[in-house]
Amino acid sequence: MKPFVCFNKVSHQYQSNTTHKVQALTDINFHINKHEFVAVVGPSGCGKSTLLKLITGLMSPSEGSVEIFGKTMHEPRNEVGIVFQKPTLLPWLSVLDNVTFPLKHQHGKVASEAKQYAMTLLKLVGLEQFAHQRPAQLSGGMQQRVGIARALILKPEILIMDEPFSALDALSREIMGFELLRIWEEEPKTVLFITHSINEAVLLADKVLVMSPRPGTVVEELPIDLPRPRNNTTLKHEKFAYYADILRDHIFQKHAALNE
Amino acid sequence: MNKALHRYLPILALLALIPLWELICYLANVPNYILPRPSVIYDAFINVDKMRWLEHLWATVRVAVLGFLLSIFISLPLAVLMVQSSFLNRTLFPLLVIIQSTPVVAIAPLLIVILGAGEAPRLAITCLITFFPIVVSTTTGMLSTPSELIDLSRSLKGSVFRQIWQIRFPFAIPHIFSGLKVGITLAIIGAVISEFVAAEKGLGYFVQFSTSYFKIPQAFAALLFLSIISLLLFQTIRWIQAIFFAWSLPAEEQK
Ligand SMILES: Nc1ncnc2c1ncn2[C@@H]1O[C@H](COP(=O)(O)OP(=O)(O)OP(=O)(O)O)[C@@H](O)[C@H]1O
Ligand SMILES: [Mg+2]
Repeated sequence: MKPFVCFNKVSHQYQSNTTHKVQALTDINFHINKHEFVAVVGPSGCGKSTLLKLITGLMSPSEGSVEIFGKTMHEPRNEVGIVFQKPTLLPWLSVLDNVTFPLKHQHGKVASEAKQYAMTLLKLVGLEQFAHQRPAQLSGGMQQRVGIARALILKPEILIMDEPFSALDALSREIMGFELLRIWEEEPKTVLFITHSINEAVLLADKVLVMSPRPGTVVEELPIDLPRPRNNTTLKHEKFAYYADILRDHIFQKHAALNE
Repeated sequence: MNKALHRYLPILALLALIPLWELICYLANVPNYILPRPSVIYDAFINVDKMRWLEHLWATVRVAVLGFLLSIFISLPLAVLMVQSSFLNRTLFPLLVIIQSTPVVAIAPLLIVILGAGEAPRLAITCLITFFPIVVSTTTGMLSTPSELIDLSRSLKGSVFRQIWQIRFPFAIPHIFSGLKVGITLAIIGAVISEFVAAEKGLGYFVQFSTSYFKIPQAFAALLFLSIISLLLFQTIRWIQAIFFAWSLPAEEQK
């Protein structure tokens, strides 16, 4: 079977001003299979958000190619849905209208079937009774769920999430992790999940990519072989700490090498 | 009851100043040409025909409101252009600052030479004085749109028009209303300045006319009218925001 997402020798430089260049990513190679849940961890500034911009087609890499379904990405496509770090909902729209916003933005209008589908999605994220409220009346975690529903409205095959829970407190964060897994099991998608948290990566993912500090590259691809469905008991699984340790070693080794 | 009191307390406090004013002027024997007492101002107000008041009032409100609307029609598209093109932003902004910092009183006579003696120069002067805060607040608001939403728009391949109309512009609404609130009070100032320079009616003209005949209490009556108009117009902007854009008010004002 062909991989869904494929990075071939991808490097990216930012031209920050006329003379100065920032090498954000170098020689990235990996692939993601259908309905796989892949997490990316790495220190701040290693190029995770750059990776996201390349995968969503918002930018093209300076070298190499990003392929989705075997075709090179040249521009954004509806098959890719994005969940941002902050929920960034539109405060003047109701929760329901926020979920259908991508359709409104793309076509100028929203069909009534689409509204029904949006209601289904709100039910999926557990917010159907808040459909007609304004985002300001929702908690941070609830807003982020609306963000997830918004990313799903165009029925993407691939869901990209850039540290989606980092603005939440530790408790909501854990709950949202399990929520995300439940949603993912009900609506299987290929997921690329960017995070700072090693535990979150191990808990959620089938495979974790570890990135080195700038210039960022993938230094380790670690398959996580923990039973699904994952829940609170997964955290106590004997291999959980083992995987977390491996990841921690990889991340801090690089840091130590850098400091010498 | 408590809530109503809370609401009307500022007005009551203002009204309470009137007897105080009367008393102080009476006790200190302040001459009318320096600070007339409220009762004297009231007499002066009664002495002028109601139709004349209405005529002057209407002339000023008309110039202020039309000039203000005109400046909105100019400012909003200008702000959109400046947000879309950093070149325009960099060239137009210094120009706007220059226009804003040139005293309008100095340009007013020129405008009358250029635009003739009708209503046009008065509208132009009002517009000139009000449009700067509106442009600045609108551009600031549009540029403060979270970059994630612009990324979202790009990932959806939304047109530039929809990016402005569905995302940037609504995001700027709270800022735009701050600009409008500053703008509307300036509009009254603009109208009065324009009437000082060239007019045969309007409250500004009436103030000047009254003082030149030493009818100070009459001028004060006109001044009070001007303050009341300013307050009412300002309040109208707040009402419009509260009725149509309630979401854009800070949480404690949404009640
Ligand atoms: N538009 C840009 N112009 C120039 N340099 C940039 C630009 N965007 C990012 N960079 C640089 O590229 C590198 C990677 O940035 P990126 O935002 O991808 O990191 P990140 O891993 O997402 O960081 P964080 O974990 O803090 O979100 C950083 O060193 C950053 O300074
Ligand atoms: Mg980032």
